[in-house]
Amino acid sequence: MKKEINEQELDFSQLKDDQTLEEQVQDLKKQHLELKKSVKHKKYKRVRLSRSIAGDVILFVILFAFALFSAYPLVFAICNAFKPLDELFIFPPKLFPRHFTINNFIDLFNLMSNSRIPISRYFLNTIWITLAGTIGHVLLASLCAYPLAKHKFVGKKVLNQLIVYSLMFSTAVTSIPIYMIISGLHLLDTQWAIIIPSWGYTLGLFLMRQFMTNIPDDLLEAARIDGANEFTIFWKIVMPMVKPAWLTLIILLFQQLWGTDGGNYIFTENLKPLSYALSQIVAGGIARTGTAAAVTVIMLIIPITVFVINQSKMLETMASSGIK
Amino acid sequence: MNKKYTLKKANKQTLQVVVNKYEKRVKKSSLSTKKANFKKALKRSRVSYAMMAPYLIIFLTFTIIPVIMSFALSFTNYDMLQAPKFIGLDNYVNLFLHDEVFLIALKNTLILAVITGPLSYIMAFLFAWLINELPHKLRGLMTLIFYAPSISGNAYLIWQLLFSSDRYGYINSFLLNLGIINEPIYWLSTPAYALPILIIVQLWLSLGVSFLSFRAGLQTVDRTLYEAAAIDGIRNRWQELWYVTLPQMKSQLLFGAVMQITNSLGIGMVSISLFGMPSTEYSAHTIVTHLLDFGSTNSTRLEMGYASAIAVILFLMMMASNLIIQKLIKRVGS
Repeated sequence: MKKEINEQELDFSQLKDDQTLEEQVQDLKKQHLELKKSVKHKKYKRVRLSRSIAGDVILFVILFAFALFSAYPLVFAICNAFKPLDELFIFPPKLFPRHFTINNFIDLFNLMSNSRIPISRYFLNTIWITLAGTIGHVLLASLCAYPLAKHKFVGKKVLNQLIVYSLMFSTAVTSIPIYMIISGLHLLDTQWAIIIPSWGYTLGLFLMRQFMTNIPDDLLEAARIDGANEFTIFWKIVMPMVKPAWLTLIILLFQQLWGTDGGNYIFTENLKPLSYALSQIVAGGIARTGTAAAVTVIMLIIPITVFVINQSKMLETMASSGIK
Repeated sequence: MNKKYTLKKANKQTLQVVVNKYEKRVKKSSLSTKKANFKKALKRSRVSYAMMAPYLIIFLTFTIIPVIMSFALSFTNYDMLQAPKFIGLDNYVNLFLHDEVFLIALKNTLILAVITGPLSYIMAFLFAWLINELPHKLRGLMTLIFYAPSISGNAYLIWQLLFSSDRYGYINSFLLNLGIINEPIYWLSTPAYALPILIIVQLWLSLGVSFLSFRAGLQTVDRTLYEAAAIDGIRNRWQELWYVTLPQMKSQLLFGAVMQITNSLGIGMVSISLFGMPSTEYSAHTIVTHLLDFGSTNSTRLEMGYASAIAVILFLMMMASNLIIQKLIKRVGS
């Protein structure tokens, strides 16, 4: 577009000889403006994209069918949680409760408060693990992502490759050595056994690094000229700019840590997280079907709420998630 | 005459020696300057290294070193009580020649990966693409609906209720009502149904991070490109998808592929919680469940060397399929 304008500008043949220089300049300016307008007009004129109605209908029927498939089990779980026990076992089963009740939640609460260790203990454990893991990860990962994205140093390429490659294998592969390492570090049977490994979550670092590459270099350079050191730049300029990315990291890590049940690493009962306690209740058999549904709803509602609140930020981060 | 000649020759030789000496010196000094430069470079970026150190230490301890340890342990016999004993390739030989259950697990994993991998990948892209064409207000809701299963922790246990074996199980009662079946089917304990059910549940769970990445990537594709394409004679949405959208999204497509491949080869926990351990006739046994059977501290076997060999095979499968798929995706749109 710019080229077009310049060529037109240079077209002096239209100009008359008897015009003064100023007039010529004025004329050129006018020409330029007009051209600019026409170009702008062209740019914003909507072209109808090729869409057939039949195609629209078929594709969106597919979309909504799968939306039903996707949502049904979750709606089913939520509805079950609000059904009285007798309604859970009627034949044929109904999706929506006829007599709405919150008894299941009350039962759950009673069960938990009667147990040897109060529910608040498990709850606090989960909150501590989730908070410590999430905050630690966001801090360490963004501190590491900043040089990886914006500094030049020996070994940068190798590190970046290493991170992309380690996205390619799941934790199942490394579970045995990790157990040995945790036991070697004397972290077994402490909550740190879950918190510290979660700080090294690779996907979080990867997303943060990708997002940080979008920060303009000029801004950082200007700060350097003003005499700011790298840590100040990181804390005062980079961190506020990558807010969407750390919200995303929080969501991703939150989802993992919220559902953790301590696995093989925690044996002491009063160190165990909520998810473990709830799974013990669910294991109680048919009589606990109602409470089990209530448990599912509790475990499900919090990650979903966190996601709903931050959806747009998360999408903003994901836009730069690509591997080049 | 002769004397002069030899003298000249000698001079030439000594000259050559001197030249060689100098050349060596120059080389040496350039090497040392290179070394010095390298050291300087390291020193100059010591702030960068300091900033990365905390994360990298944890990353190395819990990601890189475990992989190396897995490789090392896979050549040993180790039960966590006595020191590992080197046994060469015995673990691998046993896996492929004497462990029939492993072959079942391998077969199941491959079936699951070949079906759920591509299918979930296509689903993630297709739905992200369709959602992108919806009116703005609907987009957020639809994204939530598709993404919710993968974030809701162990909500997949609901499928246990849906596939419950008595007549109260949702699917049984539905089919009984329609008169398709006469008595309830034991969904979760009949070997023939294990893999199909696992595939359904896995697909339900699979619209995760890659789906979000696609959703976000589609939003950033330049609108004017579509308009230009329409003028250039792109006639329908499929051409538009192939020639405009996909090439613009290559990097997200690569990222999504990595995520989906890793997930579909790593199926295991879902199988254990739906079908139990071991599942009837190992019908839902995968490499991951086989690994946990030998290597988890809850299992009675504690054959860590053998389990590490299983882990190494899984690792190699994940890396190999990732690298192949990446090569394929780089050709998209050309």
